[in-house]
Amino acid sequence: MCQASEDYAEPVREDPPPVPRPGREQKCVKCAEGLPVVVIRAGDAFCRDCFKAFYVHKFRAMLGKNRLIFPGEKVLLAWSGGLSSSSMVWQVLEGLSQDSAKRLRFVPGIIYVDEGAACGQSPEDRAKTLAEVKLVLQSTGLPWHVVTLEEVFGLSPSVLRCAAQEPAGTEEAYKAAVDSFLQKQHVLEAEGSSSVAQGSEQLCSPPSQDPPGMAGSPTATQTEALSRLFNSVKTLTAKEELLQTLRTHLILHVARTHGYCKVMTGESCTRLAIKLMTNLALGRGAFLAWDTGFSDERHGDVVLVRPMRDHTLKEVAFYNRLFAVPSVFTPAIDTKAPEKASIHRLMEAFILKLQTQFPSTVSTVYRTSEKLVKAPREGCADGPRCLLCMCVLDIDAVDSATAFGAQTSSHLSQMLPVEAGLPTPSCCGAGEGQAQRCCRAVCGKEDMQAFVQEQLCYGCRVNMKDLSSLDPLPPYILAEAQLRTQRYWYLLFQEYLIQDSDEEEETGQS
Amino acid sequence: MAAPLCVEVEFGGGAELLFDGVKKQQVTFSGQEGPWDIQNLLVWIKKNLLKKQPELFIQGDSMRPGILVLINDSDWEQLGELDYQLWDQDSILFISTLHGG
Repeated sequence: MCQASEDYAEPVREDPPPVPRPGREQKCVKCAEGLPVVVIRAGDAFCRDCFKAFYVHKFRAMLGKNRLIFPGEKVLLAWSGGLSSSSMVWQVLEGLSQDSAKRLRFVPGIIYVDEGAACGQSPEDRAKTLAEVKLVLQSTGLPWHVVTLEEVFGLSPSVLRCAAQEPAGTEEAYKAAVDSFLQKQHVLEAEGSSSVAQGSEQLCSPPSQDPPGMAGSPTATQTEALSRLFNSVKTLTAKEELLQTLRTHLILHVARTHGYCKVMTGESCTRLAIKLMTNLALGRGAFLAWDTGFSDERHGDVVLVRPMRDHTLKEVAFYNRLFAVPSVFTPAIDTKAPEKASIHRLMEAFILKLQTQFPSTVSTVYRTSEKLVKAPREGCADGPRCLLCMCVLDIDAVDSATAFGAQTSSHLSQMLPVEAGLPTPSCCGAGEGQAQRCCRAVCGKEDMQAFVQEQLCYGCRVNMKDLSSLDPLPPYILAEAQLRTQRYWYLLFQEYLIQDSDEEEETGQS
Repeated sequence: MAAPLCVEVEFGGGAELLFDGVKKQQVTFSGQEGPWDIQNLLVWIKKNLLKKQPELFIQGDSMRPGILVLINDSDWEQLGELDYQLWDQDSILFISTLHGG
């Protein structure tokens, strides 16, 4: 520890000050013995040990209550270096080292996404941050993956396809799985310590490298392409949303490649409350339950889980400080941005300011989010999904009742009648000329923007508007958009041909 | 108190970005300038340490919401917040919780 000033020669204060400080006569509300160090909620002061027990209990209860993570499952921990995700990783590490009755039973790995290029960091700063990050990752002893955001330029369109959804485990299935796991553990322990050592070795495998195709640092071309993409986005709001989308796709890809069926993200209670309100403002109201709930199964085979959703940012910050949880600070895309720079910033300032005057703000929003139900729209349970966020599309084809719908419909009437994936015979009944025009449009790749817009949910469409052109987007997005459009037209023509031949038969008979 | 007051001011969680990356500093106040409390400390920091964008750290008379203050590793809410009187060798830590996740 270096000291800025070396003139100091005052004697160290050894005795507690004679004048009692305000609030120090209080005792911990839980054990009524210890000296309180932190105030949780309104006026509940906890001592250090009670606070630790409270914090850890919340984490374990969140996992235990939801019973989504089966024993032995591979879980990828998404670590950004920030306070909440560092705390989450730390909780998992501590949970793994407990005695067997309370030990966490899944198999974790860690992923870190280097977003320096999107945030305009210099290569030297990126290298420095990466070195710090690797130090922390190595100290965890878990298998780790470091990927750079530039790798999105190498993703395949299959990442945007929702894989077959595995049926959620029932309560009985969970209990059965736990019982069988425990039985195996007992057998292993009975056989001797050598087996146990083997088990722990599996957990602490040497750090894995990135997939062979993407190993090493990104090329200058890729970094430039990423910078170009983010510079072409006009607003900070759209940038933040785009960054989140790309990051999710990348993490999904890594999870699928390495066989992880769950991904844990470290969003805290405060962050989720802000996210809920922000998403409402962004037009993602239909998907709040997925965006802010404990589990997010929209991707099918990989489920996103949020175990820190019961912890407020204050609790996280205190815990990290009191118990020395390592974290690495990395500047983000909105660092030092003024309050009105983006919807995210504005909502964050609003909620946090309200919280200072009304301390139940965050918890109220959080409790509301817990009540949200993931019910699909009527008749759209297996409907087409948004190209970017992979939620079931929430827009009616041509809804002239809303201004947005009118704008969309006037554009579409020149090009395409309906959204991709839902063929309706009416448009093709209008005549062969229109069909030919549409076909030419697809083959000639006219107005790709219209095709892509069609395949997005309302929130993603609004974000896409802030992109000056689609060219800087990573190729997998446009490739998948094209594939879906072609598939749609194929189905549409099939329907058209069948209907046409039916009509001919009818007219022939009559 | 006539004796000079020396406190350690620390920034974490990203708050150090506003102070040119300096995480820890020793700050000495001479006793003649009157009793020092957190309120005065904030005014002093705003005047002497914050180079730019003070609204990202201090708003009005108090901290920007989202920045926690720990005095000797204890919550300042418990110690009187802005009215807490500084003692010699106190350690004041400002953690920004607004960054990262």
